[in-house]
Amino acid sequence: MFRSDYAHGAYESMNDILIRNGRVIDPANGRDELTDVAINRGRIARVGRSRASAHLVIDADGLIVCPGLIDIHVHCREPGHEEEETIASAAAAAVGGGFTTIVAMPNTHPPMDNDTQIQYVLERGGRAGLARVFPVGCITKGREGKELAEMGMMVAAGAVGFSDDGEGVASSLTMQRALQYAGMLGVPILQHCQDPDLMGGVMNSGAIAVRLGLGGISFTGEQIMLRRDLEMVEKTHAPYHVQHISCAGSVELLRAAKAAGLPVTAEATPHHLLLSEAACATYDSNYKMNPPLRTARDIEALRKGVADGTIDCLATDHSPHASEEKELEFALAPFGVISLDCAVGLYAKAIIQTNTCDWPTLIERMTAGPAKVIRKPLGTLSPDSPADVTIIDPSRTWTVRTSEFCSLSRNCPYDGWKLPARAVCTIVGGQVKHRLTS
Amino acid sequence: MDELSGGEILHILNTAGSFEEVSTRSIKKVPALRGKVVALLFFEDSTRTRMSFELAASRLSADTLLFSAKGSSVTKGETTLDTARNIEAMGVDCFVIRHPQSGSPHQLARKLKASVINAGDGQHEHPTQALLDIYTIRKRLGRIEGLKVALVGDIAHSRVARSNIIGLTKLGASVVVVGPPTLVPAAITSMGCQISPCLDDVLGEVDVINMLRIQFERFSSNLFPSVREYSRLYGLNASRLRKCRKDVLIMHPGPINRGIEITSDVADGANSCILDQVTNGLAVRMAVLYLTNQAKNRAEVQE
Repeated sequence: MFRSDYAHGAYESMNDILIRNGRVIDPANGRDELTDVAINRGRIARVGRSRASAHLVIDADGLIVCPGLIDIHVHCREPGHEEEETIASAAAAAVGGGFTTIVAMPNTHPPMDNDTQIQYVLERGGRAGLARVFPVGCITKGREGKELAEMGMMVAAGAVGFSDDGEGVASSLTMQRALQYAGMLGVPILQHCQDPDLMGGVMNSGAIAVRLGLGGISFTGEQIMLRRDLEMVEKTHAPYHVQHISCAGSVELLRAAKAAGLPVTAEATPHHLLLSEAACATYDSNYKMNPPLRTARDIEALRKGVADGTIDCLATDHSPHASEEKELEFALAPFGVISLDCAVGLYAKAIIQTNTCDWPTLIERMTAGPAKVIRKPLGTLSPDSPADVTIIDPSRTWTVRTSEFCSLSRNCPYDGWKLPARAVCTIVGGQVKHRLTS
Repeated sequence: MDELSGGEILHILNTAGSFEEVSTRSIKKVPALRGKVVALLFFEDSTRTRMSFELAASRLSADTLLFSAKGSSVTKGETTLDTARNIEAMGVDCFVIRHPQSGSPHQLARKLKASVINAGDGQHEHPTQALLDIYTIRKRLGRIEGLKVALVGDIAHSRVARSNIIGLTKLGASVVVVGPPTLVPAAITSMGCQISPCLDDVLGEVDVINMLRIQFERFSSNLFPSVREYSRLYGLNASRLRKCRKDVLIMHPGPINRGIEITSDVADGANSCILDQVTNGLAVRMAVLYLTNQAKNRAEVQE
């Protein structure tokens, strides 16, 4: 019935677009109505019924029209592992999946701990000309967890936050100083909460790990670091963001911290909202992630957190890996899976299909929510905003074929999954970067 | 053992029983696997398991290929999967695989056409060890159901323990694992056994005590203060043996650390059936090779 037609950046520069008859959901402006969106010269011209014509008219009947989706946790692997992904291919996977902005993590080789590397990422992203790519810098030099990296210069060069992602900052003193310093600069520290001494394992600690003879990673390791960090946030009042939150206890800690008025935010990944540790039973490393898949109870708590806003945004933690590495034995394979190409469908499956919350709430977690974390004037259809727009078909059932991904990697547990929704058009700065034709 | 039903376990044991007789003949061979190639891939050191699988295959008249990681291209960085695929390309019907990583045989079985028998994968399972342990118990005590069996030692890292827990509980025995909380994960009760941190508490109640080897390299990682303390709290010695039932069976998968988890007088004493385990292992492995090959033939005929 539907014929897919992928094209990236191949359309000529369209400065005049009218998106007609769609369900326009713009949480930043509290809007959810059937109306039109007009784009002029790269900016949102007007949201409202329009009789004017345009160079390009997009019929959005039956579709959702929302601000361009933002994913604040993506591993682009460049520099260092361009065989797994590049900034350009990640940006292509992003627009293919409906994302207009991605945030690049700094655990590259060499790690992004100085302003030259920040400039490099911005330059490569600009050259690719697909999704916007904002870099996050390392908290510490070399990601070694000891000395603060040149955060001031990195912010001046365009970094939107700092993270030693892959690991948390183990030293309490270093973390405290990092919070103070980044707080001065007004950008968030994004923490991978995991006590390093309790990291001796490869899947969630519990009965299944015992049965499979695999080392376990207990949720205690995440919560210990989170508790510690929240104490320091209380002291410093610096903005703090919890990456890939994975367990019920962490959600409770977050909820209490927010109630107490602390400047904390959090994200959750599609895999933590859909998969549990039971998936590891076949020793398939496409179920090996860090933090690991946990229990049904944790999934439930995360979904509730997304619904009530304790979890501010959704982020894929897109982690490409070469197939020969993921083919190694479970304990030896690297952590991580990709999902940029199909994330919208995954979120719809995890959140909409389960009646966890409605589309406007879900859209908020993919637009205004992440935009607030990185402090960018994006994720909104306010007039004169950059024309980043995503069009989603909320009733388009489709089957994931990883062989068709724009990502260079294939380490994905969702191959063959039937998903209930799909991004069908991605517009960045008023230019159509991706469109599926029926 | 996880994949076998109680009935299938009994079938293997009964088949082993008929192969036991082969070892008493003057010509100790049956032609069951003649013309078949059995490749033993040992990525981890082994004495008993490897030699008994080799002898078992040879008694069934199979051609055997022996691979050990030392002295192979694994030292040049070749992966497990490439090693197995390359050897399979020479024409292998059945692989017997021992690997230091849990799940390795399962991952390989998905990619290989030949049968795969698990000879011990990481901390996960050592099914033929559990089968020969159960066989030994049944031979000595006449049954499994209703018996109480203690497994003592580093349960957390023991594939022998896991396979035994599964097999014994499937056949109706009750199992208690003994060791300190740092070596016995609390979640192991989900596999159907009980935990006792004190060895002396269980001595009088059990029919079988299976001692597991303590791995010295683990002491550096906060799991246990010292070999001396371990031996004092969990070692099986003559005075502890006196607290047991008169006809208690003492077992050990080997290799033994004499004087540490078990003293020589107990290991070599009348209650010990450690060497019987090894002898029975041969018959059990012949049974496993035979039945696996039979199943493969049946599957091929159906294709």
